[in-house]
Amino acid sequence: MATVFAILLYAAAAVLVVGVALKIRQYSRTPAPLKIPTTPAPTTTGGVVFRLFREVAFFESLFKASKWTWMFGYLFHAGLLLVILRHFRYFTDPVWGWVALIQPFGIYAGFAMVIGLGGLMVRRITVDRVRYISGPSDYLMLVLLAAVGLSGLGMKYVVSTDIIQLKAFALGLVYFDWQPLPDSPLLLIHLGLVATLLFIFPFSKLLHAPGVFFSPTRNQVDNPREKRHLAAWQKAAVTRPGGD
Amino acid sequence: MADFETPTLKGFIDTPAIQPGVMAHSKPYVAAPDHQEALGFPGELVDNWQEKAIDKFGDMLTNSRALQVYMDSCVKCGACTDKCHYFLGTGDPKNMPVARQDLMRKVYRRYFTFTGKYMPWLVGAEDLTEDVLDDWYSYFHQCSQCRRCSVYCPYGIDTAEVSMAAREIMDHVGKGQKYCNEIIGKVHVIGNNLGLPEKALKATLEDLEEEIEEDTGVAVKIPLNQQGADVLLITPSADFFAEPHVDSLIGYAKVFHASETSWTLSSYASEAANFAMFIGSNAQMKEICERIRKAAEDLGVKRIVVGECGHAWRVAYNFWNTLAGPFDFLDPNYPVPQHICEFTYDLIQDGKLEFDKSENDHMTLTFHDSCNVARASRMGDDPGGQFKYPREIIKAVCNNFVDMAADTIHENTFCCGGGGGLLTDDLMEIRVKGAQPRMEALNRVVEDHGVTHMAAICAICKTQFSKVMPMYGFSMDKIVGVHQLLSNAILLDNGNNEEQDAVPENSETPREGIENE
Repeated sequence: MATVFAILLYAAAAVLVVGVALKIRQYSRTPAPLKIPTTPAPTTTGGVVFRLFREVAFFESLFKASKWTWMFGYLFHAGLLLVILRHFRYFTDPVWGWVALIQPFGIYAGFAMVIGLGGLMVRRITVDRVRYISGPSDYLMLVLLAAVGLSGLGMKYVVSTDIIQLKAFALGLVYFDWQPLPDSPLLLIHLGLVATLLFIFPFSKLLHAPGVFFSPTRNQVDNPREKRHLAAWQKAAVTRPGGD
Repeated sequence: MADFETPTLKGFIDTPAIQPGVMAHSKPYVAAPDHQEALGFPGELVDNWQEKAIDKFGDMLTNSRALQVYMDSCVKCGACTDKCHYFLGTGDPKNMPVARQDLMRKVYRRYFTFTGKYMPWLVGAEDLTEDVLDDWYSYFHQCSQCRRCSVYCPYGIDTAEVSMAAREIMDHVGKGQKYCNEIIGKVHVIGNNLGLPEKALKATLEDLEEEIEEDTGVAVKIPLNQQGADVLLITPSADFFAEPHVDSLIGYAKVFHASETSWTLSSYASEAANFAMFIGSNAQMKEICERIRKAAEDLGVKRIVVGECGHAWRVAYNFWNTLAGPFDFLDPNYPVPQHICEFTYDLIQDGKLEFDKSENDHMTLTFHDSCNVARASRMGDDPGGQFKYPREIIKAVCNNFVDMAADTIHENTFCCGGGGGLLTDDLMEIRVKGAQPRMEALNRVVEDHGVTHMAAICAICKTQFSKVMPMYGFSMDKIVGVHQLLSNAILLDNGNNEEQDAVPENSETPREGIENE
């Protein structure tokens, strides 16, 4: 069983990394022929970095759009981030200081994540506009994420797992020295769901994560009069001198 | 035109319940073969249109990062669902930005993604059938490319980019829109959207000069094709005779006169508008931009100033340099191009213009931010200058100014309902219904603050509002241009403002000059 899951998790991680890397390569190689920042926009590169930071760290635009979606979305994403960081304790020995420090918060974060997902699901079902735009994959994605969260919380509060052995397994993955998995159905479910999530990441709307950094309306500097904007293919085609 | 009822104003901007399909009938006239072929597009729907459309789509995905990223990134969060004026005005869910994008995204998924190819049911992927093309034609012509949705999208997904791409694909398979394509053809041949030849333009401008002199006693000139002038003014051709546009043209002329600026219009490039942006054709857009560059080079001007026009300012500000630049033959001490509001604002700051603000005392003004100025350009050096400059000009020439509600101005502004190539009679229903959110916001300040007039700096907004405001119970002359207000108040060299006779008491009309004579 341990071998099966080790291979599964390696494969899932590989698909995630290669898939997202290929997408990032595609985005960065596709030219942006014109300046289209949504204004008012920053007039300097530093300003653009700050704009993207606010977007990623605080979901600034979503906050303007819908307070409910923002609240549930933020609870989920912030919760997920803390939960992932908390899981570093399985992969580090000795456990890094800051990872030890956030352990108690990570538990609350697990609940926040699931509550956020629940709120998003309720909104998706009850608001007629959002229901109209929701397809099977939209519901399934929430279900998958919630199942990951609930199976994880289940191991903490309902059927505990031998985390000493789990840590040995996790470290074994890191150092290519495979160890047995604890005998826990909930753990197998949890790991299976996580592997599924990693597999579908590069083929699904989860691509919004790299996408936000490549969105021309957000990442372009508002300086078209000061600096002539030319995409790579235009530079080659331009006959007039000048420009950069 | 289908029968429809103008929405009644409720006193607030309401999010309607969805009513699937209620606007499916709204479609503009399809371009005739002549109009298509003049732009190098097939005359009518080609036999293998599906294959050609997918080829073109694939081609565009590799040439537009925006399109590629926006096709992938939407998570269906719903943030945009209540932001589009056409959805708010109609309740048709395909007018929600995400659903409009999905008309294209479902085709993207079917032909260009792994999941859509092998599990279409899971991700809502669909073949590009005739029904889907029909939906494209209908709903991508119910988007004014105003970018309001892109302000609220957590990934900045811009439906304008998507609808432009869809129209470009439809043009390439022979299903173009008559209104835009016919107009673009006229610009290529004659130099302006109206097809107004040099002789007629010259006569129109001479008439205007006479009328200004009658009104003010001052010989304010509107020069045409004047070799060696300092400033070339590029303005929407509607400014040459449409109401209220022409009053702003008179305003620009007075500013140039009062500041002793040598300036000229060009008959070769007598159009600021660039409808090629609406159909998503960078090639057509470039051709129109090149006309302006050529006119500037031929006339030997030092600067280019752009008149009151929303999308034209977006094209000029954001795209001229890329498509027709570098403009290194112009005076580097001035921005290229410069908006007329920047030009006037600077003069006001320097104390070079004098006004009698009481000339506008019979009005209480509010200002409608035009989408393309607000969300796709800038004025001055600081972000948000595009909101400040026109308002500061209004405040310099009027005593009474009130802004509309904060969520309906600046980058949150609502489209007039006629932008993006929809300003045609065959789309009157969607135009009227799409104006509803702006009309609600206007009605609020009319009732609460006694606002009498709304100013704008866009030819499309002005035309659209003159047409739809009467349907909402406002008179058509309640829409005015910013330089029209300036024109009322500016003091010319004889020390008089333009009218000798005061405006009659209780008069609602702000306009003087050609119509009242």
